[in-house]
Amino acid sequence: MSQKNTLSNKHFINWFRLSSPMTFYPLAGKLIPIFWVLAFLFGVAGLWVSFFVAPIDAVQGQGYRIIFIHVPTSWMSMFIYIVMAVWAGLGLVLNTRLSSMMAQALAPIGAWMAFMSLWTGAFWGKPMWGAWWVWDARLTSELILLFLYLGFIALQASIDNPRRADKAGAVLVLVGVVNVPIIYFSVKWWNTLHQGASISMTKAPAMAQTMLWGMLLMALALWMYSIAVALMRVRVIILERESHADWVRQLSEVQS
Amino acid sequence: MSALLGIIHRDLLLVMRRKSEVLTALFFFVIVTSLFPLGIGADGALLRKIAPGVIWVAALLSTLLGLQRIFSADYADGTLEQMVLSPQPFVLLVAGKIAAHWLVCGLPLVILAPIIGIQFDMDAGSLHVLILALLLGTPVLSLIGSIGAALTLGVRGGSVLMSLIVLPLYIPVLIFGAGAVYANTVGLDVSGHFSLLGALLILALAFVPWVSAVAVKIAIE
Amino acid sequence: MWTSPDEFFAMGGYALYVWSSFGVCALILLIEPLAVRSRCKSIVKRLKKEILADQFDKEGSK
Repeated sequence: MSQKNTLSNKHFINWFRLSSPMTFYPLAGKLIPIFWVLAFLFGVAGLWVSFFVAPIDAVQGQGYRIIFIHVPTSWMSMFIYIVMAVWAGLGLVLNTRLSSMMAQALAPIGAWMAFMSLWTGAFWGKPMWGAWWVWDARLTSELILLFLYLGFIALQASIDNPRRADKAGAVLVLVGVVNVPIIYFSVKWWNTLHQGASISMTKAPAMAQTMLWGMLLMALALWMYSIAVALMRVRVIILERESHADWVRQLSEVQS
Repeated sequence: MSALLGIIHRDLLLVMRRKSEVLTALFFFVIVTSLFPLGIGADGALLRKIAPGVIWVAALLSTLLGLQRIFSADYADGTLEQMVLSPQPFVLLVAGKIAAHWLVCGLPLVILAPIIGIQFDMDAGSLHVLILALLLGTPVLSLIGSIGAALTLGVRGGSVLMSLIVLPLYIPVLIFGAGAVYANTVGLDVSGHFSLLGALLILALAFVPWVSAVAVKIAIE
Repeated sequence: MWTSPDEFFAMGGYALYVWSSFGVCALILLIEPLAVRSRCKSIVKRLKKEILADQFDKEGSK
């Protein structure tokens, strides 16, 4: 098929051909099951290490196991924001629709990761430090990151013109990505200023090898999951935004 | 340079013809700060403690109120488009509009703040630090806010959306600004806070006019 | 390391916290793809309707 030729001709992948929604749609469809399988495998391995291999903690008992979902979701919420910024930036600079659609597809996943990080943080904090919410620097920065995600989603939802929404969202997320280190630094500063003996989530149990493996495997699982859901969502976004195009009308799932 | 001054002069002239728009934002500042003692109680020690935070948060919110005007009037009647097309560098015109906004919305806050501070029983030293911090911080608020205003031009529910977008970005200014006054009251050194506020101001001055110009052009296309 | 299933579910007294954390996350990770699926179904449905409408128009104008 000519489609296969243009994509991988003589070991050279034509990236710009790949940036057309028409070419990307079927490719994404083929990739999605692979990432689901990877997510499942890493997830099973990660949960196995989290619950059956990692030893009990001297100070926090079995309760510390929340770390195996709290830390990976925190990592992912940050990582997805950066990836979103890269895609949105590409869309702004190269004027490619698909890059902006990827950013749009990633945003809800990142927001949910941030929410899960806050939720698990609260449930970890309550038994360990006595309060559902401690104004610890990392949790507070995570909350602000959630606000940044929600702002992006709200902005895209409010602008009717899709191309304007893409570009405005890109400016917002690029400004956000520059601000995140500043915000984190300022929140740490605020934390040390107002709380002498600061309660810190980073005073976690000393890392045993197995604990690190558990967190890494869970993070990988969430990463594969995020890619799978992002590909699923971007396919839907492609259908919604390219609905006037002929190739969409010719799709098998629409014809039947 | 003359383009910059020209734009500032024009915007100030327009504000003078419609003073009420600006005065309402300032009244908002006064009213909001008065709400806190009413809600919390008139305990002098407590009020002194929360004063920096309350005044700063009220400054943030009033700046947001004033920002709704910065581009929207010109956008509505087509003047903004003319500015984009003009031979003057658009970044300069945007910088001028932000400067005019600060003169009209930010500087009055700096002047009003000591009065509010006295309402909260702040001492002279803290008031000095507060005025200086607001002097450094309010331009940053005008600058960062202009990005949000530009991104939400002409959008349904734009003003609330702008607040959602801009408030997280305001947090560092709030922390360093209110923190400076708080540090002063407990006897800590404030130079660190002021260096950081100054750094934020320089960064914002260097980058934001250009970002806002890009954002306005996106809205106009 | 767990001597019995009961011990596993009790999590040394931290059952509420550990299982609420993992449970809510599992729920979210399940519901999100399902939500994308349902959004997909509705757009496909809409496209099918549009195609039918176009065909109807073509036949009607003959």
